[in-house]
Amino acid sequence: MDFILQPWPWYIAGPLITFVMFLLFFFGKKFGVSSNLETICAIGGAGNLVDFFKFDWKKNTWNLLFIVGTIVGGFISYQYLTPNETVAISSQTIQNLSDLGFQNAGVQYLPDEIFSIETMFSLKGFIILIGAGILVGFGSRYAGGCTSGHAIVGLSNFELPSLISVIGFFIGGLIMTWLLLPLIF
Amino acid sequence: MKNIKFLFIGILFGIVLSKAEVISWYRIFEMFKFQSFHMYGIIGSAVVTGMILFYFFNKGSIKTFQGEKINIEPKKKGFSRNIIGGTIFGLGWALAGACPGPMFILLGRGVAAIVVVIIGSLMGAFLYHAVKSKLPH
Repeated sequence: MDFILQPWPWYIAGPLITFVMFLLFFFGKKFGVSSNLETICAIGGAGNLVDFFKFDWKKNTWNLLFIVGTIVGGFISYQYLTPNETVAISSQTIQNLSDLGFQNAGVQYLPDEIFSIETMFSLKGFIILIGAGILVGFGSRYAGGCTSGHAIVGLSNFELPSLISVIGFFIGGLIMTWLLLPLIF
Repeated sequence: MKNIKFLFIGILFGIVLSKAEVISWYRIFEMFKFQSFHMYGIIGSAVVTGMILFYFFNKGSIKTFQGEKINIEPKKKGFSRNIIGGTIFGLGWALAGACPGPMFILLGRGVAAIVVVIIGSLMGAFLYHAVKSKLPH
């Protein structure tokens, strides 16, 4: 049981992600999380404004249930499987974050500087959260996939479009981390 | 309720990403700073085991539970869509420290602020389809 309660190492998590992917394909579906964003838009009536969203979302019910499952999984993990909230990031990372003004990096699961309630209700904090979301939603649908559909499924299937997308993920991620985060914080 | 099994597969996925700290903002920052092998090990080992799995899918030795051949839908071709869309996604991934799966898992962990990110991601997906005819693909 102690092993379950510790943070799981990469060589356990990676193959388990593939096991999840196997189950989805075995049951005749696919592995792709960001397409759910379109499904939720369609349910919310986006088809009244943009024709694309007029598709029959009920065929994607399985994927919505998958998403509901991830929410439940997060809850179970938080309530019962994570006695210790610290994240063992490298000392260099803690130093870099401290230089950016992030206090106590790694002591909690997420930084208060972005995810605390006070930050959420500040103008700057709100713009960061909603802006990050817009970038993720817009970019993933423009590229036709996110980390699951492109980085895991696409690369496993030797897809050139996925390789290009993952290179894009890193171009964007490196620009944000190295150039923009120091300007934002 | 034949779809109920996908709820359980999602629960497994949520627990795995949660326990491996893939959904921690700090791990994403650390990854883009190249200061730990953790995230590369996770994505890398998922891709390598995924390649082995897909080899058996393509050979036809692993079929669906109904005995059908498993075909992996090819991704849409195009350079601009992948490099530009990917870069926009990457900017958001590094800022939010979460991609679409982890957003929902964090919601399950009771992180209120992630609701704003999820609403943003829905707006982003909507916006893309509203303007896509004007974008290079």
